Parts: sequence; structure tokens; C-alpha cells
Amino acid sequence: MQSVKEFFGTFMLTELLKGMRLTGRHLFEAKYTLEYPEEKAPQSPRFRGLHALRRYPNGEERCIACKLCEAVCPALAITIDSEQREDGTRRTTRYDIDLFKCIYCGFCEESCPVDSIVETRIHEYHFEERGEQIMTKQDLLAVGDKYEEQLFKDRAADAPYR
Amino acid sequence: MNALIELSWITAKIVALIVPLFLAVAYMTYAERKVISSMQLRRGPNRVGWHGLLQPFADALKLLMKEVVLPQNANRFLFVLAPMLSIMPALAAWAVLPLADGLVIADVNAGLLYVLAMTSMGVYGIILAGWASNSKYALLGALRAGAQVVSYEIAMGFALVGVLMAAGSLNMGEIIQAQQGPIWNWFWLPLLPLFVVYWISGVAETNRLPFDVAEGESEIVAGFHVEYSGMAFAIFFLAEYANMILISGLAAILFLGGWYSPFEGLPLLGPLFDWVPGLVWFLLKVCLFLFLYIWFRGTFPRYRYDQIMRLGWKVLIPVTVVWLIVVAGLSLGEVGPWFS
Repeated sequence: MQSVKEFFGTFMLTELLKGMRLTGRHLFEAKYTLEYPEEKAPQSPRFRGLHALRRYPNGEERCIACKLCEAVCPALAITIDSEQREDGTRRTTRYDIDLFKCIYCGFCEESCPVDSIVETRIHEYHFEERGEQIMTKQDLLAVGDKYEEQLFKDRAADAPYR
Repeated sequence: MNALIELSWITAKIVALIVPLFLAVAYMTYAERKVISSMQLRRGPNRVGWHGLLQPFADALKLLMKEVVLPQNANRFLFVLAPMLSIMPALAAWAVLPLADGLVIADVNAGLLYVLAMTSMGVYGIILAGWASNSKYALLGALRAGAQVVSYEIAMGFALVGVLMAAGSLNMGEIIQAQQGPIWNWFWLPLLPLFVVYWISGVAETNRLPFDVAEGESEIVAGFHVEYSGMAFAIFFLAEYANMILISGLAAILFLGGWYSPFEGLPLLGPLFDWVPGLVWFLLKVCLFLFLYIWFRGTFPRYRYDQIMRLGWKVLIPVTVVWLIVVAGLSLGEVGPWFS
């Protein structure tokens, strides 16, 4: 009986029609695509994009050249040189991140005891010349200064889960 | 002088058919991309022009600007000839298709036969393209296409024999006139199995999904046209889409009553739709079939090669033969409005 049913089912093309009904229904459903440059997907406060070095509200840079980020970086993308400043504190003289090596894992941010090195929400950037991929200390501080407000808000939002 | 006028008149008629046909091909590609992307919950082209409406022209321009690469070991003459051989029959077959009552370039008596001959010619272009490219993928694609088109030609021919028996004529116009009346007077009803068989083999004839083993991009790159680029590739593309529209047009003429309105001759609805010209009904029917092409492409996975052969020889051909006998019986018994 079953095989007879299947035989006639084959000739009535039932399975093909089922498939076509499915795609036909999808034809009228809402689209998932975002119109990218105009529409953007929502970002988490934990988004890991371009790096930045932050400062304290009084303008002093946070980084104390402990080199934990350099040590934890799995891609060896961070290079740090340091010196003792005249007031006796330790500061970096050089803080380079090679963005070609970086894998945006966020370990540097996690390891930082003073919340100095962070990853921002910036994910749309490009390089036009060789060498531009090395972010120097000045570049990183500039990014941090520009987006401090956003960075502060994101860290505050994530603070309860840390 | 008279001959000259007649010649220019024929040329004008051909141009008046070919130009809209090419436009239809261009927008067929657009419609295909839009509909398939909708089925996959994407948006499809929407950057070039309003809702992407200029996309076909951008694509055509791109193909025109590109270099036509001649492979080193290819047979140059055949390589160039193949695209022409594939587009020529796809366009030539349109000569006998009546778009509306009397709106036909050549009202020949053996119209159906001519169409069958022309659609069979298309496979030469594919085989020559695969052979002349001197590439293993192209050759494999051409072999598959050849075998497939030849097999399905038989089922399609049998399906057309059914129409021939029902209409009693090979002339396209007379076939449509035999279906005069509302929607249940058309041949799709008494010839329903033949209609389905015709449509399946029509999809296979044009090497469209799910019968596109000839192209099979995931297994043999692009099949017979791997080595073609630029305008030569565009011509193959054009031929494929022109063939799709042709098969849809034939289906509309042979099974869906060509230019007749679905309410023809009905007491109330008939006069209500009298103002709609026959051309519009015909084009609507063609669009229905073209949408089916796209729908199939969005739904079905590609058949395996041996499954295609099994379907063609072991399923479609027996079905047509059985139904031919049934049609003969219906015709003898003068059943319904179709055979009286």
C-alpha cells in the first residue's frame, strides 16, 4: 500500500511542489540583508576593533609600561620600550602595535591593570602606504582622546560582568 | 523595387521583434537575480539605478569592454563560430511564433516542425564550443549537454505530437485557434501529463536548473563555456535566455491558448476583459512560465547525470506514449470542447 502511495506521489510531483511552496513562501518574507553603508548592524560594548591608549581625566596617560600586554599578545604585535620619567614614574617611550600581526583577540585589554590599552568600536579603516599599519604611541593616544567618551561608556556598561 | 520594399518591411519586422526580445533577456537576468535573492531572503541588485534597474546594462557594458580570450590550442574558426551557432536558432525560431492574432513574421504551415528543428539546432553551438575550446571541462560539459538535449528532445517531440493530434494542424496560429474559449478549453487540461512532460523537458532543453549538469559550476567549472569571455560569453548567455523565453512562449501557445483571454466567450467576464489586447495575455502567460523557470532554479538542487538520463528515458517518454494513446481515444470519442 505504502509503495503504491509513493508511486502515485512521484507522479503527482508532490515533493517537488512541497519544495516550491517553501521557496514561494520565502519570496514574501522580510529580508535579512542590511544596506551596509547606510544601515549598520548593532555593536556590542565589548566590540574589539582598532586599538587606543587611554588617559586619566587629568590628562596623564594611564600606561605604566608594565608590558603585560606585550607578554600576553599571542601574535607578538606589541612592542614596548620604557624609561623612568623625572617624577620617578615609569612610562613608555615607544608603544607600537602592528595591525597586520594583531588578531584582535582582546587579551591586551584584559591583561591591562590600568585599563590603558583598549579596543574601540572602530572597524572601518584602511592603509594606503606600507608602514601605515604600525600604530605608534601618538596614533594610539590620539584615537583614545577622540573616542574617550564612548570608551568610558562601554567600559562602564561591561563593568558588572568583569 | 517591390522586392526591395518587401525586404525592408521584413527587416523592420525582424528588428521590431529582436530588439524587445533582447531587452526582455536583459531584464530576465535582472528578474532572476531579484526573485532568487528574495527566495533566499536577500535583496539582490539594488545599487545601479532605481532598485537596481540599470544593472543589466552595467553587466552588458562590462562584458562588451572585456577582452575575448582565444585559448592557444583552440580551433579558432569553430571557437568563434560556436556562439553564433547557438544564438542563431534561438532567434530564428521566433519567426513562426504568433504573438497575437495575425502578429507573426512568417505564418508557415509547418510552424511546429520548424520550431522543433530550430531548437534542436541549438545543441550544435554547445557541442562545437566544448570541442573547439580544447579544454577537458568544456568537452565534458559539451558531452553532457549533447546527451541531455538529444534525450529530452524525444520526450518533447512526443509531447508536441499530442498537441498536433489535438489541434490537427502544424500551423501555430491554427493550434491557438483550436483552443478558442475560456481557460478550460485550452489544451493544458486534456493534455495535462503532456504539458508537464513538455515543461520538464523544456527546462532540460535549455540546460537550466535543475538540469544544468552541462554547466555544473561546482563540478566542471562552467562546462562548455569555460574558455569563453567577454562578448563571446555574453552571446552564449543571450542564447540561453532567448531559448528560455522561446520555450515559455511555445508553452503558452501550445498549452495555454496563446493570445486568448482566460475568460474568452464567458457570459459576464468575457466582455469585461475584451479591451485587453491579445498580446498582453500572451506576454502574461510567457511571464508565468519564465517565473516558473526562476522558481525552479531557486528551489531544486541539480540532478545527477544518470538521474537525468533515467528521468528522460524511463519516466517521461513512457508517460508521453501512454497519454498519446489516451489522446487518440479522446479524439475518436470527440470528448469535451477540445476534440469536437
